Amino acid sequence: MEAVPEKTMPEKTMPREAASEETATAAPGDLGEHFEATVARGARIEPRDWMPDAYRATLVRQIAQHAHSEVIGMQPEGNWITRAPSLRRKAILLAKVQDEAGHGLYLYSACETLGVSREELTALLLAGRQKYSSIFNYPALSYADVGTIGWLVDGAAICNQVPLCRTSYGPYGRAMIRICKEESFHQRQGYELLMTMMRGTGEQRAMVQESVDRFWWPSLMMFGPPDADSPNSARSMAWGIKRNGNDELRQRFVDMTVPQAEALGVSLPDPDLRWNAERESYDFGEPDWSEFAAVLRGEGPCNAQRLAHRARAHEDGAWVRNAALAFAKAGAAHE
Amino acid sequence: MSEWPLYEVFVRGKRGLNHVHVGSLHAPDDQMAISHARDVYTRRNEGVSIWVVRSDAITASSPDEKDPLFAPSGDKVYRHPTFYEIPDNVPHM
Repeated sequence: MEAVPEKTMPEKTMPREAASEETATAAPGDLGEHFEATVARGARIEPRDWMPDAYRATLVRQIAQHAHSEVIGMQPEGNWITRAPSLRRKAILLAKVQDEAGHGLYLYSACETLGVSREELTALLLAGRQKYSSIFNYPALSYADVGTIGWLVDGAAICNQVPLCRTSYGPYGRAMIRICKEESFHQRQGYELLMTMMRGTGEQRAMVQESVDRFWWPSLMMFGPPDADSPNSARSMAWGIKRNGNDELRQRFVDMTVPQAEALGVSLPDPDLRWNAERESYDFGEPDWSEFAAVLRGEGPCNAQRLAHRARAHEDGAWVRNAALAFAKAGAAHE
Repeated sequence: MSEWPLYEVFVRGKRGLNHVHVGSLHAPDDQMAISHARDVYTRRNEGVSIWVVRSDAITASSPDEKDPLFAPSGDKVYRHPTFYEIPDNVPHM
């Protein structure tokens, strides 16, 4: 759930230490060389190492976007917790949504090692100045969507995230390792849910197909625009922040998913999808990038609703945060 | 209203292992930090014991003094067992 290039981070959000360092890559001699050499030999950059301002800013933008995605990503499925069809499904869905909150926290922690505060990141999200993955601006309309989100959306996320376990920034890579371990449960529970529905009535099978039809293209868009239109990609690859291009990962996802769709007994809504024996890969059609751009601009089906819900949850939680802090202060005063 | 302070979290994976740093979180006090750490870092039996410590209570070596700080151990090869030549016919050494 990364890799949607945006404008450079506004100056105000530059981490304080970094802002004082002035220019982006004109590193004070040895430090710059040390950074370049560390990245070049595939070693990790750690929080207190010197790093170029633009490297720091890119990471803050990407990790924050990733963290916001996990947190906003609780909404489409969280919506179904009270309407789960069985206690088993309810327990699974609760565990999954709780994981998403946990993933958000791992990533916020990683981001904070770069010198931004949690409060700042939350404020930037609520002000619409940092983004989250466009996929969460699509609604979950039926319980089949819980399965499809697990299978396709989390499947695409795994494709994106596994290579990030080797990202050049240590705390980010460590968070990703933890997340990837848990993400596999998400994908499998989704696929199992869909398998169960496919063994059910004709109506249930139709629900699954309808759900897959809606989520297929938005899932492909999760890898971001084609490399040629992704201006920051090359630099992120050079810095070892990203390890693979958007198109390569998208292809990998399609190749993994087609046999899964066949096993499930659903069709994927792409007339151009066919095996290419020469490439030993599937050819597939072009996602509607104008739709992607529109959703990024805030014109997706749920953009306003998602952000409003997040803002409300933050405000509703204010008294809890304040009360806990007051309680801690009172306790400290008594000692 | 100020933000909850930052804590670093260390988890002992199982008996016999050291506590290992797993990440950080915000909490209003030590007790809540333990509760949050349980929810965030041990949802799948990853630990049998948790330490939390305020991040601002940690003193760390500076990466800038990396070389001078660790240099003294660089040239003391005699601290390693392989420094000493022992004939092959000497057993258990």
